Amino acid sequence: MRTVLAIAAAAVMAFLLLPLLAVVPVSLSGSEILALPPPSFSTHWYVAFATDPRWITATRNSFIVAAGAVAASVPLGTAAALGLWLRMRPKLLAMFLLPMTVPAVIAALALYFAFAAIGLGSSLGGLILAHAVLAAPFVVVAVLASLRGIDPLLLRAAESLGQAPLPALWRVILPLARPGILAGGVFAFAISFDEVMVALFIAAPGQFTLTRQMFAGLREQISPTVFAAATIVLLVCLVLSWLAARAGVIQERRR
Amino acid sequence: MPHGVRHRILAALLIAPLASLILVAFVAPLALLLWRAIDNTELSDALPQSARLLREWDGRALPPAATQRLVAHELAGAAGGDAFGRLTRRANFELSGMRALLLRTARAGGADPVTIDDRWTTPEPWLVLRHLAAPATPSYLLRAIDFSRTPDGTIAVAEEPVFLNILARTLEISALVAALCVGLGWPLAFFIARLPPARARVWLALAMIPFWTSVLVRTAAWLVLLAREGPVNGLLLTLGVVQAPVQLVFTRLAVVVAMVHMMLPFAILAIHAALARTDPWLSRAAASLGARPLRRVWSVHLPASLPGIAAGFVTVFVVSAGFYVTPALIGGPSDQMMAGQISFFVNQTVNFGMAASLAVLLLALVFVSLAALRRLAPEVAR
Repeated sequence: MRTVLAIAAAAVMAFLLLPLLAVVPVSLSGSEILALPPPSFSTHWYVAFATDPRWITATRNSFIVAAGAVAASVPLGTAAALGLWLRMRPKLLAMFLLPMTVPAVIAALALYFAFAAIGLGSSLGGLILAHAVLAAPFVVVAVLASLRGIDPLLLRAAESLGQAPLPALWRVILPLARPGILAGGVFAFAISFDEVMVALFIAAPGQFTLTRQMFAGLREQISPTVFAAATIVLLVCLVLSWLAARAGVIQERRR
Repeated sequence: MPHGVRHRILAALLIAPLASLILVAFVAPLALLLWRAIDNTELSDALPQSARLLREWDGRALPPAATQRLVAHELAGAAGGDAFGRLTRRANFELSGMRALLLRTARAGGADPVTIDDRWTTPEPWLVLRHLAAPATPSYLLRAIDFSRTPDGTIAVAEEPVFLNILARTLEISALVAALCVGLGWPLAFFIARLPPARARVWLALAMIPFWTSVLVRTAAWLVLLAREGPVNGLLLTLGVVQAPVQLVFTRLAVVVAMVHMMLPFAILAIHAALARTDPWLSRAAASLGARPLRRVWSVHLPASLPGIAAGFVTVFVVSAGFYVTPALIGGPSDQMMAGQISFFVNQTVNFGMAASLAVLLLALVFVSLAALRRLAPEVAR
């Protein structure tokens, strides 16, 4: 029974992890044919990736947009979570979580219509705003989770020692929420970095992100260059998941 | 000022920035999207004066001669503009042939419509224009559930279901993916829940790696894995399951396999959370009463994890129902789901009313599923 369960668990884990690695050998292929395993190896496709202006722009855009989304969603999400921690309002929380609940295609369509109406369509700024809105719920949830179990009396105690509420919040409560803020930031970066639906609707070719450019590459003419891009994106995702796991560990240890 | 009041003000000030951002940049766009599903401004934009007269007409027989002449006059003036293009597309959506009729009438330079085309002597095109002059229309929403509205206002079932088929396909694929995720995720979640905490964290973190990995990377991976010369076909050949390589990419099977791979972490997380909450003494008590391991799984762990199973199933189902990228890249034409159809109306035919109506349908599906979860497992659906 125990061995059967262990084998089943290992098999499911293999199904989860092994397919991810498939993109790596294809990106190192020596030929243009997508074969696994490839007939020969070369770094040709990474050179192609690094010298193609479309992929360079896409890489730059991905990092700009993700950084912008983090810069906007983390402070706003953290502030909102602190506010909800002070005084929980379920209806407001439900509204904050709405971008997380609504299917990506609907959110993308709604933002596409709205941005087109106010001239924010086809702009990096629009993409950043959209990603910030989609990422904010994750920041709120992460920060709220790290504040769970922290007694609001702590704030009163700080105030009774002569701190005004805002500085007390800043100096006493915010440091306690740091793991949640970190996790929220990683989440926000990942949401933006992986997002493709909004980019499909509102990004013009000059604003393509890596995932949007990969979509175009997979749909039109597949070359191993797309897999070089996929490998690079995979590496970024692995770093993010490692960061998230670490933030989670810190959070659990403190409890 | 007492503490309570000061904290309340502080809380409001902290919440206000994000609340206004979400209101302006998400709730309002969502409301706009819902409005788009019934939006009917094409005629008023292109022919503002005719719109007023058409609204005044009672819809019996033909509109007054003055109205007819004004329509022809305004059509001639609007011809070639953006608004005119949108109007012809919109009118053709109501009644095929309207586009050609309007173009022909506009080209005639304001002559009496009846002299330009015989169809203007019948009520149908006039009734279509009258319907287009109304502020809102049920046409798109009706079409989204395969009903159609004839010019005289009667509502009939379409001869061939189109969108209900796509809805059914979306439900079918999402339910299958959700069931497979729960079935595959349960053993792994159970295994993790029984590990010592430190190792459980490592296993959970590993199981979450696909969750952090871009959908595009995973779809690219499945494209090569399932290729005709790919490793999956190689394995099937070696095992003797098939005699020649089989077509896997661009099939329903490929879509389901790739989607299960993407959604499995969600199911594992939900089931693991429920299992981790289970009182370990329950299982020990069952064992002391003589229950064998399989019996303990069946009578203790499985029932205890039911809220997690429900939450996992609904989460996977809801997210799957909105999938676009995977079916678009790895599925065939008969595997496209609601999101694919929505994107088709946005990018190919530029029919925003239909795109918005299908989005409303999908949104309704999501909220019904979430409400069902709230009924099934209130403790997880808070």
